[in-house]
Amino acid sequence: MRHHLILRVISKLLIPFIMLFALYVQFHGDYGPGGGFQAGVIFGSAIIVYALVFGLDNAQKIISESMLGFLIALGLLLYAGVGFATMLKGGNFLDYSVLSGDFIAGQHLGILLVELGVGITVAAVMVAIFFSFAGRGAGDSQEDKAPH
Amino acid sequence: MLSSIYSLLMAGIFVVLDAVDVAFTEAAVGAGISTVLMLSTLSLTASREKIHTHTPVLPVIIVLATGALLIYGTLGMPEFGLTMAPIHQHVAPRYINVSPIEIGVPNMVTSILASYRGYDTLGELTVIFTAGISVLLLLRRRRRRTPGTPTGPVAKPDTSGGDQA
Repeated sequence: MRHHLILRVISKLLIPFIMLFALYVQFHGDYGPGGGFQAGVIFGSAIIVYALVFGLDNAQKIISESMLGFLIALGLLLYAGVGFATMLKGGNFLDYSVLSGDFIAGQHLGILLVELGVGITVAAVMVAIFFSFAGRGAGDSQEDKAPH
Repeated sequence: MLSSIYSLLMAGIFVVLDAVDVAFTEAAVGAGISTVLMLSTLSLTASREKIHTHTPVLPVIIVLATGALLIYGTLGMPEFGLTMAPIHQHVAPRYINVSPIEIGVPNMVTSILASYRGYDTLGELTVIFTAGISVLLLLRRRRRRTPGTPTGPVAKPDTSGGDQA
């Protein structure tokens, strides 16, 4: 799709706003609709749109597959880490109230961190799945042509 | 294409039903990502079906039995839209009444998912993590081969020997 000028220009215009909207959904999820899962999917779809329009190789220059693998684990570790942090501070697992001096502020902090973990993992998984599907297609067509 | 439109319509229905978070997810996942993944899956498959030598009797029986069991299970569910259903009587009133004081988060869906049901959400995230890792393990394998060698088995003993040494 590299030769479609309109698609390239429009997607270049839209992708920053899609990412910004994902961040809004991520960090405003306490007050409005949304949360980590939705934000992760939206952020991932921004990178997928980039990969669709500008090609898989260009997208993988931005975020490599090893980086994606790292991010997939990082989100889950952040979530579980919050749970263990609450245990170290004397509460139950994932009992956010002990994270801060104030009861409500602790809950806010815990929810924010946990949702961030969800968002990171979901975005990375979505992009990684798309990359592996798209990369597999490219590899197959070359291999099919060569031996047969 | 049709499933994408269907998901978008479902998202509209969820908005009408005041389930904004679900509508959000449906629009982003159903109409967006899953359509892209469906199309990329279609691009991986061949255009002709493989000819099967055996007749799939046992799978059909299993599928029909499971379907019948699931339909039988729905018979025990309360009537659609019933306000006296157990789901509205058990913990839902407590969440609605106490969560603004206990959690202080205006979006009740977030407070339930992230705080009251933190274990559940951790489990869901683990499911997503596992799914992502499995897809990577299944599909990434082929990309590790060097592009110059068209036959994999010839190149493989060299790499494994190098690892052992």
